[in-house]
Amino acid sequence: MTAVGTPQERAELAPVLAPERDRAGRAPAPRRVRSRVATWLLYAVLAVVTVAFIYPFVWLVSASFKPRSEVFDNKLIPDTFTLDNYVQVWREAPMAMWLFNTVLVTVLATVAVTVSSAMVAWGFSYFRFRGRGALFGLVLATMMLPGAVTMIPTYLIWDALGQVGTLTPLWAGNLFGSAFYIFLLRQFFLGLPRELFEAARMDGANQWQVFTRIALPLTRPALVVTALFEFQAAWTDLMRPLIYLRDSNTFTIPRGLKAMLDQFGFGGEWHWEIVVTASVIATVPMIVLFFLGQRHFVEGIATTGSKG
Amino acid sequence: MRRGETRAAWLFISPWVIGFLVFTAYPVFYTAYLSLTDYDVINDPSFVGLENFRTLLEDPKVALALRNTAVFVLLSVPAQLLVSLFLALLLNWAGRASGFFRTAFFLPKMTPPVAVGILLLLLFNGQSGLINRVLSSVGIEGPAWTTDPTWVKPGLVMMSLWTVGGSVVILLAALRSVPQELYDAARVDGAGWWRQTWNVTVPMISGALFFVFIVDTIHAFQSFTEAYTAYFGSGNTTYSNDAALFYAIYLFQQAFQFLHMGYASALAWVLFVVIMLVTLVQFRVSKRFVFYEGEQR
Repeated sequence: MTAVGTPQERAELAPVLAPERDRAGRAPAPRRVRSRVATWLLYAVLAVVTVAFIYPFVWLVSASFKPRSEVFDNKLIPDTFTLDNYVQVWREAPMAMWLFNTVLVTVLATVAVTVSSAMVAWGFSYFRFRGRGALFGLVLATMMLPGAVTMIPTYLIWDALGQVGTLTPLWAGNLFGSAFYIFLLRQFFLGLPRELFEAARMDGANQWQVFTRIALPLTRPALVVTALFEFQAAWTDLMRPLIYLRDSNTFTIPRGLKAMLDQFGFGGEWHWEIVVTASVIATVPMIVLFFLGQRHFVEGIATTGSKG
Repeated sequence: MRRGETRAAWLFISPWVIGFLVFTAYPVFYTAYLSLTDYDVINDPSFVGLENFRTLLEDPKVALALRNTAVFVLLSVPAQLLVSLFLALLLNWAGRASGFFRTAFFLPKMTPPVAVGILLLLLFNGQSGLINRVLSSVGIEGPAWTTDPTWVKPGLVMMSLWTVGGSVVILLAALRSVPQELYDAARVDGAGWWRQTWNVTVPMISGALFFVFIVDTIHAFQSFTEAYTAYFGSGNTTYSNDAALFYAIYLFQQAFQFLHMGYASALAWVLFVVIMLVTLVQFRVSKRFVFYEGEQR
């Protein structure tokens, strides 16, 4: 895994979320006088691609307001506008229960992974101890490990603890930090001036206080990125709910959505309007989340590429 | 003082150390052990030597799953790379107006993969799906994307292009950090648009391109949720589609539907080795093409 480490080490001291250079007012490259035609062409292509990316959402939302017979008519504006599907979804499935489960799992997963990863990242950035480099290399190496390799024993562990069928396995693993976030947060910690912490130590703060009172508040942007990423990951995960949840009352939204597809889609009843409406309900919270944290999402992802 | 520091450091990293030992190190070795056993969770594992690996070589479903996965990787990874590079270039040219479009390209990435799988079934539906409606409006009769075995994987690949937003953002950030002087110099030397893109832009962002390439490949090998959602179910009636049987799906079925934990462990190790080898080759090959700033200058 040495090849993974090298570019990262080189970029080590750069703060993770450095503002985009473009903000300085620099025109983007390549800068040259573009002909009118080229500019129009560019925007025409962008517009077409944008429609292609956005239209599936529009289609989905539009279909959720159509009666059963019109779901596949591909019309933008429903001929018959109805809210029946939303009423129906609530009646056909324990939607409120699923939403509650999902919120619970997502919040616990997010808090757990953010706190633990920040602690571990701090341990790997502020302190100097023997074996630190090798150990951190191990952290990075675990990122390359396919989930399939640990999936079965992990299931057996939760089974032995009697947690299969409960929501615990969906989030409790996050208490131990996650390699990607540890890496992200460590980059950020390394960009903070060390004198700040030394000064606090001189003033009598203990290690825990230096971490919680000084380091953490300064790391807010990176903590927000971590929380947003994990919130999305936990909300949308299907694999773990498929493995661990049995009873329909314990389902999360994605697992419930799959169950609804099996019941109302191909499974037999062909009530696609129900499936469509449930999909909208599952997706909307993520769209809202994106608009709340758009800047952090974009900068966080841009960073993973440049430092990865 | 130093000793105290070491102790504090270990306390801070202790969550990861515990998690690593319990949820990574132990499972990796235990999967290796289980792969040599017959284990159904109820009875104790019984040692069978290399039996699972022998079965695996002769299992037609393994061959099928490997073939499906290989086809998906070979089609989806280059397609995703090209499309995301193209979109990132467009955004880079658009300059200040790019914010709106970037949002539009990124939004699908927020959609739960289950919903993406459902959208695939609806939009690519052979008779009434939107894709075929659009195609027929320009005189092309679209195939039965979701039922015809030859078109199932192309459909999945096309759907995967809908969620390239993350890669676009990464590549756009890389494009924006290419120094303007290089373009100026290239222009002075008489390089046109194509030469500039190919000889300046692409080499300068090769690090980010390579990152996207590696990550997409690893993901494509483990592709599960969209295909599983759309083509495998166990509701009132069980349905499945051999054309969409990816390796990760077969592994999941063996482990958690048939409770063949030993066999599934063997499958997991094979996947691990395949991904490792492919990644290794990618790193080897990339040494020739990837240019990191500040290196060999």
